[in-house]
Amino acid sequence: MIDFGKSAGFNLAARHRAEKRFQWAGRFAILISLAFLVIMVGSILSDGVGVLKRTEIAVPLDLGPEAIDPDDVAGASTLKILKSGLRDAFPDVTKRKDKKALYGLVSPEGSFEIERQISTDPTLLGGTRVLWLTASDDLDLFLRGKIDPNLPERQRRISDQEIEWIEQLQETGQLRRVINWKFLTNGDSREPEIAGILAALVGSLFSLAICFALSFPLGIGAAIYLEEFAPDNRFTQIIEININNLASVPSIVFGLLGLSVFLGYFGMPRSTPLVGGMVLALMTLPTIIIAGRAALKSVPPSFKQAALALGATPVQAVFHHVLPVALPGMLTGSIIGMAQALGETAPLLMIGMVAFVVDVPQSILEPATALPVQIFLWADSPERAFTEKSAAAIIVLLVFLISMNLIAILLRRKLEQRF
Amino acid sequence: MADLSLNLTKSVRPKWLDRVVYLVLAAAAATAILVTGGIVLSLIFETLRFLEKVPLSDFLFGLEWSPQTAIRADQVGAAGSFGAIPLINGTLLISAIAMLVATPLGLTSAIYLSEYASKSARDWIKPALEILAGIPTVVYGFFAALTVAPFIRWTGGEMGLEVASESALAAGIVMGIMIVPLISSLSDDVINAVPQSLRDASLGLGATRSETIRKAVLPAALPGISGSLLLAASRAIGETMIVLMAAGLAARLTVNPLEAVTTITVQIVALLTGDQEFDSAKTLSAFALGLLLFILTLALNTIALGIVRKYREQYD
Repeated sequence: MIDFGKSAGFNLAARHRAEKRFQWAGRFAILISLAFLVIMVGSILSDGVGVLKRTEIAVPLDLGPEAIDPDDVAGASTLKILKSGLRDAFPDVTKRKDKKALYGLVSPEGSFEIERQISTDPTLLGGTRVLWLTASDDLDLFLRGKIDPNLPERQRRISDQEIEWIEQLQETGQLRRVINWKFLTNGDSREPEIAGILAALVGSLFSLAICFALSFPLGIGAAIYLEEFAPDNRFTQIIEININNLASVPSIVFGLLGLSVFLGYFGMPRSTPLVGGMVLALMTLPTIIIAGRAALKSVPPSFKQAALALGATPVQAVFHHVLPVALPGMLTGSIIGMAQALGETAPLLMIGMVAFVVDVPQSILEPATALPVQIFLWADSPERAFTEKSAAAIIVLLVFLISMNLIAILLRRKLEQRF
Repeated sequence: MADLSLNLTKSVRPKWLDRVVYLVLAAAAATAILVTGGIVLSLIFETLRFLEKVPLSDFLFGLEWSPQTAIRADQVGAAGSFGAIPLINGTLLISAIAMLVATPLGLTSAIYLSEYASKSARDWIKPALEILAGIPTVVYGFFAALTVAPFIRWTGGEMGLEVASESALAAGIVMGIMIVPLISSLSDDVINAVPQSLRDASLGLGATRSETIRKAVLPAALPGISGSLLLAASRAIGETMIVLMAAGLAARLTVNPLEAVTTITVQIVALLTGDQEFDSAKTLSAFALGLLLFILTLALNTIALGIVRKYREQYD
């Protein structure tokens, strides 16, 4: 006879405890993954917000006729004016080395900013004016408390002397923090305080446009063929196996294909959005085909049958009656494919889209970089200011991805018909 | 009214037009073959050129990887050494760490979601996990290199361990989290496909839910689950950005997760970015590595899909 009370296998209390443990293990696993997600996004957000604002210094500058000839503004040396303005602001700085450090408070971009401000507002000429100029990244980091002043002087990027100047400037109200629009309107730069993502963003958009123009028609065409017209033969089977395999090929292999075929064999221009877009198109093709087929499959066969019964040819039945119903689903799949392509980095490294690009590319044939590649480049930089830029660029990338996915979801909700 | 009546005698649409449409659509579908063909041919072609310079056995079984190009032709070790074993070792080490992280997390999440979670909990947990899959890998790489790696180094230092700043552990853990949604969604499908009658029979005999899952559902779902694990492993092997940013460049033969290792994908990028001559063994070796990677992932995927397909037929 079985002793239900004692035998280990029938100890109900222990079994119920095991049941509870099992359930909690499941909850715990989900919690870990989601906690990781929250920590990752949170740490990137907190790293990236520093880029929202930048620091500006007010420098009194002599823009009188001796310094700048009003008839020949372009010929004047704004750098000289800037340097003498800084020297006048801190008259007790005399040593060569100290002067150099003093000039370093203002971004190397400062002299160009003076030129730009004068050209937009020529009334500035003709006397001493106080202009707000972008401060160096080190000053900015120090103001935000990212440089610890308690460290020994040699171990930090900013000296005691510089800290003294900064405090002096703060007391006189010559420092201010403004919203950093330059991050969205500038290209890359060697100076983190003025480096921006516009060039990379435009490069990404050009590549995506090429990618969409190629992969959408090809993918939809392939989906229609395989789902509606393909005879069940060997050729069709080979295509289907191929598509499934392509979907799982590592992205870097597509980059190798682009390098050896597009660049090597066809001799297309290196580093351009054209080639980048083509490589991305090959990668997204399987995604679009698979989504397109699912969308076509969801259209009830009665639609096609009704059209055929009324005398439409198979092509008419598909294009007039099946395709319009399936199109929202196809579009949703394509947007999700585009979002994947937007975040893809490795294949673009292969075809040389890792260039240092200052100017915004004007066409698909100019060397460009892409947003994820820009993130990679900045993240690799040893300077902390660039790491923050990288985090901010990630935020921009995520905003794009989230909005693309939202559009896809809304589109599906709005256009989806149930049968 | 004449223009409204149907013209049944004369077909408005010529037959050849339909043929053209068929051909165009078939051609679009055939581009998939073209792409695969392009990948295979270009990789094989460049690899053959590489093998003219470096013998196959040296590449596949060599224990040293240092593809430096010599300054003078007569220099010692001018050809560089192209042994892929350290790279394969590094790739497998990082992938193994990733799978060690992702398998328990992904599998238990899948079990919880399919067997325990209420519908409303499922409806928001599943999309939340999918977000992990939608985040670009460069973002994971950034997090791995700038947050996880220093954290592990610091923790190791507190415990008296020597941790490399670009340890395999950091890259592996982050990659593991990245493939959790892949494992959980594939396993979820597989577990849901197990017929309800199996559960009912087990519960009817007096087993608790966890006993039912462990002894009836999981054994039935095992082939499908192993298929999903293989797919995840293939994804880990082919992943580039996380390892590029968080793992090192030094090719080392080690199984210590605290040391820096390098992977096939990292070396491909390192060999092909920057200045390059197209004909050197150094550049060509990247294609040989690419072919190796392609074969490895293709084999894993084919096996995985084969298992999944075979298993599906059993219950349909």
